[in-house]
Amino acid sequence: MEKNESFMNMPDERGHFGPYGGIFVAETLMEALQELRQAYEKYLADPDFLAELDADLQHYVGRPSPIYHAQRLSRENGGAQIYLKREDLNHTGAHKVNNTIGQALLAKRMGKRRIIAETGAGQHGVATATVAARLGLECVVYMGEVDVARQEANVYRMRLLGAEVRPVSSGSRTLKDALNEAMRDWVATVDDTFYIIGTVAGPHPYPAMVRDFQTIIGREARQQIQDMSGGLPDALVACVGGGSNAIGLFHPFLEDEGVAIYGVEAAGDGLETGHHAAPLCAGSPGVLHGNRTYLMEDKDGQIIETHSISAGLDYPGVGPEHAWLKDMGRANYVAIDDQEALAAFHLLTRTEGIIPALESSHAVAYALQLAATMNPDQKVLVNLSGRGDKDMHTVAAIEGIEI
Amino acid sequence: MSRIAGCFADLKAQGRTALLPFITAGDPHPDLTVGFMHDLVEAGADIIELGVPFSDPMADGPVIQRASERALEHHVSLRDVFGMVEAFRQTNDHTPVILMGYLNPIEVMGYEAFARSAAKAGVDGALTVDVPPEESHGLVRALRAEALDAVFLAAPTSHRRRLEMIADAASGFVYYVSLKGVTGSANLVLEEVAAKLKEIRDVTDMPLGVGFGIKDASMAAAMAKIADAVVVGSALVSRIEANISKPDKIGAELKQLLQEMRTAMDAV
Repeated sequence: MEKNESFMNMPDERGHFGPYGGIFVAETLMEALQELRQAYEKYLADPDFLAELDADLQHYVGRPSPIYHAQRLSRENGGAQIYLKREDLNHTGAHKVNNTIGQALLAKRMGKRRIIAETGAGQHGVATATVAARLGLECVVYMGEVDVARQEANVYRMRLLGAEVRPVSSGSRTLKDALNEAMRDWVATVDDTFYIIGTVAGPHPYPAMVRDFQTIIGREARQQIQDMSGGLPDALVACVGGGSNAIGLFHPFLEDEGVAIYGVEAAGDGLETGHHAAPLCAGSPGVLHGNRTYLMEDKDGQIIETHSISAGLDYPGVGPEHAWLKDMGRANYVAIDDQEALAAFHLLTRTEGIIPALESSHAVAYALQLAATMNPDQKVLVNLSGRGDKDMHTVAAIEGIEI
Repeated sequence: MSRIAGCFADLKAQGRTALLPFITAGDPHPDLTVGFMHDLVEAGADIIELGVPFSDPMADGPVIQRASERALEHHVSLRDVFGMVEAFRQTNDHTPVILMGYLNPIEVMGYEAFARSAAKAGVDGALTVDVPPEESHGLVRALRAEALDAVFLAAPTSHRRRLEMIADAASGFVYYVSLKGVTGSANLVLEEVAAKLKEIRDVTDMPLGVGFGIKDASMAAAMAKIADAVVVGSALVSRIEANISKPDKIGAELKQLLQEMRTAMDAV
């Protein structure tokens, strides 16, 4: 019981999940993080704030998102029944908006007039630009030059929404460098600027705050699957880049001992090749971007470049709560490579008429492997974190088709 | 007395302000760094800040980021940096050397191993920019065990309670970040810096260094009036960058800028 309680009560007041998490930033940001922590604690207990958040999630995002029993896919695959939590049906096409709505409302209450964000694939950038447009806030999104080139459509979406997209040319010119650049902006503009981090990483309180905004996924799903099937699922599966959709699904189930939990990292070209983005499966603990967690790093402690077919999983770190759940043995972390993810992408599309994001395809691929080892009366609940529209160019290019 | 404390005591007796140049170890090539360190001492450096390259230097502006990238092209590691300090110490045993960088390379090496090797190489202290006092306990303990100073940053945004925490954790000196922003930024306002230094002096007797945004001799001289140490980084690293194709000239360029600052500061 003590152990279970501690799963739900993390992190401690300084943001630690066991040895992970914490606040590792330059002194200039310490007061801003303190101010954010106080605001977050205050408003997450404020009925007016929560009512506004709930109303937005219902009328603007379209929540609750349904769960769907993928019967044809389950039959074709054999074994356990596969259920999908349809975060792909949210406004802007992914789970990201659950968090940006929450943080933007917080920014407004704190009197900040300017919002910054980092983005990899562009989904978090779009979700941030969307809520900034709605609330009339100035918005700057940092995005690595490499990602700007491979995600043109999302760059255009952000610009349509009125955001300024600033390409980042330092380091590997991808998501981690965009995060560095957003931090640099924040250090200089901390008085009037709110930094909306898109995942459950970064310095405290971000990992806890983003989780709290994303647990709507798991709270809804936990009720929905009981209503639909008469009981809890036997297993949960979600993809893990930074890990926000995964923790959003997992957290409300942490005390349910009968529910096995699987986080799926990107194995890229294969774990054995070194070209992947799987710090929990093949990395080691270290400190980056404000927190201690598992990282992709070399023997000298330099962060190494990652690879995944899905830009949203292409990140060398992972949320500190996942690091802790791994060490505690409460969640299992596995990896799916590019080819397996693509096969699952096509299978789900053809059997159910649902085109998943390449990120979510990693979760689907592992769920198929897992379900095949289980009985038909068992249930696997998969978080379908986003839809695949944004990936049309990537998938078409792999098949040699020019759109 | 540590080499750093001794240095500040001597300067105080002479009524002078310390000049702390920063360069990144291994920029633009590992073979050049030790020579640059001697050049800096010759031009009037009192303490040398040696940057440990890191792949993700979150608190640094573009100039020092690129210096890190140039050094990492040569895979400069913490062990290489210790080697450079050891080589420097063969002919200089009086100028304190402080390593400045980010936690992860130290974390991967292990705090005790880092402190032991640093002390053995002749390093005098460490400033780890992404470690605030709250997270510093283990690292500070390891540094103290080897009689190394733990230098901490104070910022324009640090209120009194934080300044007290910083003063508690720090030894050697406190490094005041003179503006909100990354290294090499503009917009330094002298009056604001002076007011904040006064606040910090209320909570500690330690010497106070000022850095971030000090670009030329006149700014260095202005800071020398109010601080115990003036740190210059991006301005020097820019000279390195401008002369990458002519590495033979870099030492002379560094000396020229530092001498201008030294002369201006001593005239105050």
